[in-house]
Amino acid sequence: MAPCFDPAPLAEILARYAPRETSLIPVLQDVQRAYAYLPCEGLAAVSKTLGVPLAKVFSVVTFYRAFALQPQGRTVIKVCTGTACHIRGADRLLDELERRLAIAPGQTTPDFGFTLKTVNCVGACALAPVMILGERYVAQAKTNRLPALLDEGGHA
Amino acid sequence: MVPVAQCDPAAETSVRLRVSGRDIRICCGTGCRANGAMDVADAFARAYDDRSTLQIHTKRTGCHGFCERGPLVMIEPDGILYTRVKAADVPEICTRTLERGEVVERLVYHHPADHRPIPLAKEIPFYARQTRIALRNIGRIDPTDIADALAHGAYAGMRTALTELTPTEVIDIIEHAGLRGRGGAGFSTAGKWRACRRAPGERKFVICNGDEGDPGAFKDRSILEGDPHAVIEGMIIGAYAVGAHEGFLYVRDEYPLAVRHLEAALAAAREAGFLGHDILGTGFALDLAIARGGGAFICGESSALMRSLEGRVGEPRAKYVHATERGLFDLPTVLNNVETWAHVGAILAAGPDAFAALGTGRSKGTKAFSLVGKVQNTGLIELPMGTTLREIIFDIGGGMRGDRPFKAVQTGGPSGGCLPASLLDLPVDYEQLTAAGSMMGSGGMIVMDDRTCMVDVARYFLRYLSEESCGKCLPCREGLRQMVGLFDRLVTGAGQTGDLERIEALAQTMQAASLCELGKSAANPVLSTLRYFREEYTAHLEARACPAGSCRALTTYHIRAQDCNGCHTCFTACPLGAIAGVKHKAHRIDADRCIGCGACFEACPRHAVGFGPKMVCAGQEA
Repeated sequence: MAPCFDPAPLAEILARYAPRETSLIPVLQDVQRAYAYLPCEGLAAVSKTLGVPLAKVFSVVTFYRAFALQPQGRTVIKVCTGTACHIRGADRLLDELERRLAIAPGQTTPDFGFTLKTVNCVGACALAPVMILGERYVAQAKTNRLPALLDEGGHA
Repeated sequence: MVPVAQCDPAAETSVRLRVSGRDIRICCGTGCRANGAMDVADAFARAYDDRSTLQIHTKRTGCHGFCERGPLVMIEPDGILYTRVKAADVPEICTRTLERGEVVERLVYHHPADHRPIPLAKEIPFYARQTRIALRNIGRIDPTDIADALAHGAYAGMRTALTELTPTEVIDIIEHAGLRGRGGAGFSTAGKWRACRRAPGERKFVICNGDEGDPGAFKDRSILEGDPHAVIEGMIIGAYAVGAHEGFLYVRDEYPLAVRHLEAALAAAREAGFLGHDILGTGFALDLAIARGGGAFICGESSALMRSLEGRVGEPRAKYVHATERGLFDLPTVLNNVETWAHVGAILAAGPDAFAALGTGRSKGTKAFSLVGKVQNTGLIELPMGTTLREIIFDIGGGMRGDRPFKAVQTGGPSGGCLPASLLDLPVDYEQLTAAGSMMGSGGMIVMDDRTCMVDVARYFLRYLSEESCGKCLPCREGLRQMVGLFDRLVTGAGQTGDLERIEALAQTMQAASLCELGKSAANPVLSTLRYFREEYTAHLEARACPAGSCRALTTYHIRAQDCNGCHTCFTACPLGAIAGVKHKAHRIDADRCIGCGACFEACPRHAVGFGPKMVCAGQEA
């Protein structure tokens, strides 16, 4: 079910940036946005075009949390585990998501419906606990709202 | 529905509702958006089209601060604040307030003590005690409209600096104001600028640190979203003062709305001639670019941030290399926090004396905080330095949520510490917080009640930091890992004699030997909780019990049959179906299926759920 690699968006991204090391992170961010992950084929092309050794590209990719080397689900669920969310029950929320989706944080469901992630703090602490379903911020995300939320997310 | 005068006799003379020419300011910050603010704004925009003869303007603003009560709608110039507004309430507001001049009482804030309605924002305790400088225009302007920002005084400080003052005079003013870095460490802003100005070399940089990584802090997000012009203005002034012609705004990728508003604001500032080759005809040139962060906490550290801007892994450098001499690309660089930059324009416009008049001895001016956790009024606030924790939590914050007792307040994020009730009268400034074993940090203030376990909080920060440690130096990388292991033992009842001493020894080593502030300050949450809540550690270690009833492995839950009225709320709340019972009869928890999550405890409206220690044999959970 993993999507096939289409080189066109990558070529378009690379054409927009100056071929130098400082472009590496913004290029990777755009590639991540376009493909929802960083395909290996793409990284080789990035390395070649920007003149940054592939090993260095990998070191950057694995250093920053925003990058994923595996294909992501159609809906990415990010559970905020910031301090305010932690003391207002983010753990419970995360446990329940793991149980319902039968995956651990960082994993994707076999049908590529959902990817479950934790995020350090999305800065919406007043609404804790917060989860982000795709692009949507869910305030006061309580476990009993999950069935309905996952249903909506699955259809989005 | 009552006219304003009847709501609050004291306000009788001050409130005169106008029938036309009003501004409706809808808070469209991330918080209110999550609660449906965009639908409310759309509903007003539609209504406004039909009522154009009333000269009503709808404005989508940044964060009003009172996130707890969002979505917020402010009616100006009357100053009425409507809280928790839904799109369905909009027609009523239009008809009653905008056409007839009445207040919709059910939407105004009610005083928690006597339930008296308070229609005017300036009379709500949450707002009444604040002094807003960095947040001066947030919630007042449309952040995507530079004309609106200009009408509210934006770029006036820049005009003064660039057309009337020399760079050195600008630095003198900032020094006189006593501005210190709002990102955590509190370095003198003028000191940094002067060092960078003096550093040899033609090419210099200014950087805005918008990598607000401290969990529990969101003031920088709110500033970037709600008033990006204040930050841009500050950077232009700073660049002029140090002689920089290039600058970067490094913003977390987790803040998409902030990036969008900043992009729009930069484009508008370029268009207006505030950025570019010949700013205001002075010949001074500057351009600014946005860089999005990669989701690494360490990149909030200045030298790591600069490596990240260079396209590299964000590993910090030893601090004997000063960024003001060798920063980005090894060239002289000034890096300041979002809030620091936002203060600069205001200081230049109003003069340094007004700023220096606020605050305490060495901590001048105001500081923005995000007040969150188990407090009634969560949100974004700005106060003069020296305000006490008690005033912040109980007067502005409205006290504790759910009537539980105050236990601690955590400030300064993972580098800070937890302060107990005995320190509630501590005036909040850089020196006082550091002396108490915490830190100003980036202004996160997380209030905790008796259900928060201090051992668990310390463990939370350690786990957080062990994931975020870049791994470059050993004391931080290995120290955190060992520390997490020791804490894992404590919270599962498997602690061993001597563990507290091991924890202290590790903490002291990390403080002394780590390369950057992440490792050096990582011990603060541990040492501060040990200092003020040692008995809680002893309970975990010796009695193998969690007094707060928070550590799952050490806590069991039960329902007191005499207090349970069988409302079934806990039954619905339990994620595992571990609660048995039919409606109107006392319920019961199946201890074998219960995972100790506490959902029933939180849900029970009658406080019929109790908790107690779970018997753990030594070593059983290890």
